[in-house]
Amino acid sequence: MMIDIQDLQIRFGQGADAVTAVDGVTLSVREGESFGLVGESGSGKSTVLRAVSGLNDEWTGRIAVAGTEQGAKRPRGFYKLCQMVFQDPYGSLHPRHTVDRILAEPIAIHGLGDADARIVRVLRDVGLGPAFRFRYPHQLSGGQRQRVAIARALVLEPRVLLLDEPTSALDVSVQAEILNLLRRLRAEHGLTLVLVTHNLAVVANLCDRLAVMNRGRLVEEMTVEELRRGAAREPYTLQLLRASQGYDRATAESFRDYA
Amino acid sequence: MTARSDIPPAGWRDWLTTDTPQSRTQARLGRAWAGWTAFRRNRLAVAGLLIVLALVVVAALAPVLAPYHPYAQDLNGRLLPPSLAHWLGTDAFGRDILSRLIHGARLTLMIVALVAATAPLAGLAIGTAAGYFGGWVDTVLMRITDIALAFPKLILALAFVAALGPGIENAVIAIAITSWPPYARIARAETLTVRHADFISAARLQGASSLRIILGHIMPLCVASLIVRTTLDMAGVILTAAGLGFLGLGAQPPLPEWGAMIANGRQYVLEQWWVAAMPGLAIFIVSLGFNLLGDGLRDVLDPKGD
Amino acid sequence: MTDDAPLLEVSNLRVAFPTRTGMAEAVRGVSFTLGREKLGIVGESGSGKSMTGRSILRLVPPPGRVSADRLAFRGEDLLAASPRRLRDIRGRRIAMVMQDPKYSLNPVMTVGRQIAEAYRVHSHAGAAEAKRRALEMLAAVRIRDPERVYDRYPHEVSGGMGQRIMIAMMLIPGPDLLIADEPTSALDVTVQMQVLAILDDLCSQRGMGMIFVSHDLNLVASFCDRILIMYAGRVVESCRASELHTATHPYTRGLLASLPRIGEPPGDLPVLSRDPAWLTAGLEA
Ligand SMILES: Nc1ncnc2c1ncn2[C@@H]1O[C@H](COP(=O)(O)OP(=O)(O)O)[C@@H](O)[C@H]1O
Ligand SMILES: Nc1ncnc2c1ncn2[C@@H]1O[C@H](COP(=O)(O)OP(=O)(O)O)[C@@H](O)[C@H]1O
Ligand SMILES: [Mg+2]
Ligand SMILES: [Mg+2]
Repeated sequence: MMIDIQDLQIRFGQGADAVTAVDGVTLSVREGESFGLVGESGSGKSTVLRAVSGLNDEWTGRIAVAGTEQGAKRPRGFYKLCQMVFQDPYGSLHPRHTVDRILAEPIAIHGLGDADARIVRVLRDVGLGPAFRFRYPHQLSGGQRQRVAIARALVLEPRVLLLDEPTSALDVSVQAEILNLLRRLRAEHGLTLVLVTHNLAVVANLCDRLAVMNRGRLVEEMTVEELRRGAAREPYTLQLLRASQGYDRATAESFRDYA
Repeated sequence: MTARSDIPPAGWRDWLTTDTPQSRTQARLGRAWAGWTAFRRNRLAVAGLLIVLALVVVAALAPVLAPYHPYAQDLNGRLLPPSLAHWLGTDAFGRDILSRLIHGARLTLMIVALVAATAPLAGLAIGTAAGYFGGWVDTVLMRITDIALAFPKLILALAFVAALGPGIENAVIAIAITSWPPYARIARAETLTVRHADFISAARLQGASSLRIILGHIMPLCVASLIVRTTLDMAGVILTAAGLGFLGLGAQPPLPEWGAMIANGRQYVLEQWWVAAMPGLAIFIVSLGFNLLGDGLRDVLDPKGD
Repeated sequence: MTDDAPLLEVSNLRVAFPTRTGMAEAVRGVSFTLGREKLGIVGESGSGKSMTGRSILRLVPPPGRVSADRLAFRGEDLLAASPRRLRDIRGRRIAMVMQDPKYSLNPVMTVGRQIAEAYRVHSHAGAAEAKRRALEMLAAVRIRDPERVYDRYPHEVSGGMGQRIMIAMMLIPGPDLLIADEPTSALDVTVQMQVLAILDDLCSQRGMGMIFVSHDLNLVASFCDRILIMYAGRVVESCRASELHTATHPYTRGLLASLPRIGEPPGDLPVLSRDPAWLTAGLEA
């Protein structure tokens, strides 16, 4: 197992204002697998991902990555193993750093040599030529920025890539490019992917297996094969599937809230 | 291959404004050029920059530019009105006011430079640490800042000078000590807005230490507003220094400090107005220069309005 | 003003922004007529969809400039309308819903009062009557407990509810035309469908016309009657929504092909390759 999560509980706030953002989530992702985590906004997908990545340290339960149990604080070596790509390509790159500086930073932190060659290689890997190396983020389009963010995650040669809605802020044509890129990188580097999204079609395109979340709980796990056949068991998942098929007056009428 | 990628392709302007810089230096210079281009469009800001540059030049070349020695007394030529021999007149000891103003530019510049080199840096360090770490670090640092902020600046400076003894060095120390809190507040506010940004999370996920994040990722985003604020504050610093000089607590005679010069001229302000008015005018012009420059820099460095 | 005139006539609409290097045209000669129908405008970000919608109400932000051979609402020239007349048209006759309700609602007034005010400005009704109508309107946009929501402030409601409140506020004066700029993009799919159902009903029940701006091809195809596809400030193709799959323009076809679909096996998606000729060859609808 590459990622093993058991009974993950995450709460925010105290006393009467406390929200349980993640409530008893148990899931595991095999090595080399591409796993989708879907659900509507606020269902706790990002919170799960941030706990796995080590950004959020207020959780209970068990998180193991590559067979090693993880605590709240991560050793530096963890970050070479597991990297993350964020949703908003406009917010995830430092506005005053060039692409070169952005990619050189992780190399410097981990004391890896050969920065020049690594940067050139990873830029080529994500489909950006050396011409992009000394640009600032404001000189890049949304899709190019997301490629830089992916390059930054890959520069440490991790085995796990956590993706938080990596294409939600992009146009469909650019989304297709990024999805193709992720598929190719996964094959070339043997990456394990965890993809958080609200878009079932994206999961169907890139993942092998998926879990559906609603209000902090894991509702259902299924294979993408089952998703494609529409073979969901839970009514909540079925509703999500129907809503993804486009607008239909009668269907909209049938929607209800699942607690 | 002898081709060097650093050679400007067509002209240096194209080289600076290209969308595909070939090197770190080119990217940095291109950015600076874009800033200068934006700055240049603001006429008043350029005027402010010229005033500040003029101050620097005058201070650097003071012995060459000044027609007389600043301390040279001529008791027969006391309180002379402006004339061809003494363009701005003479003071109560018959010293040439223009020469004293020119030499006083050095003192003014020194005060400005020392304050600008200390207070904003201290404020930057304190504010970013408070904002980034939050929790008790923030509480402690910000309470100290609040307390320092609660005292009127001039009064606090007065107290420090009274304790340390009069003199221009102590005046500078007093001004620096009293002027860091606003910078700390600005730096903290800027830090809070970026602290949860994804690019800071990304840096943490690469294993960057807190110090590295603060120095390399957060501070560069705070310096723009601090530079603007520092420039705008320089007028106030000059006035405070002059105020201390005026009260006899700053520069001591016979140093040609502008505030002290006003103080010396105040007995004659009705009959020999130029003795006090000329240094006052100098203070006004230089303060205005810093203010105009600061406003222009704000448009370039801190384009929040867009 | 004649009643058989089309709701909206737009001919050769142009929006330009002055930049350092000359005028940048965000909209470059868009023409269409709108009846009592749901017209979708789709295209990638930056293609000029929002500017097209905004220019109808002359809400293009300065220093943008709008020009058109004709821009008429029920036969009345909007470009020649006085500011007063324009204010009257805005809100009462033509309403606009934007993507983010947070920017469009007044944060220090309860949502109920805002809706009631919107009604009073245009109808000169009394306070009690306005409140009654506002509550009715909140119920019409499927807000479960209108009395309670009436007294809430904008920050106390969720995004989905905020968007429904925004719609209630825009629709209470009974406009003839609604311009909706990505009204549901920030919402979850299920809430999105519910909000669209509300708009759908209002169109069919009141005979309201609607311009629906979105980047979501599937959504527009399933929701609207007719679609304009925009590319770089031009309409490159227009078709009936039900016939989108038979679209002929390579841009439209490329966009459709690049969409992942749940039923399809995984594999590389066709990537759009842009032809510079698309920039110049425009189709006048
Ligand atoms: N830092 C935080 N403080 C308080 N509440 C939070 C925080 N982060 C997330 N939440 C809450 O946790 C819930 C789940 O959020 P999130 O994981 O971002 O959902 P998703 O990614 O599925 O949209 C939401 O109700 C959200 O308001
Ligand atoms: N204030 C502005 N100044 C200059 N250009 C602008 C401004 N606002 C929008 N634009 C330009 O107008 C074009 C169309 O924008 P918009 O209509 O918002 O696109 P869409 O809604 O299709 O994403 C964009 O290419 C953008 O660069
Ligand atoms: Mg999320
Ligand atoms: Mg838009």
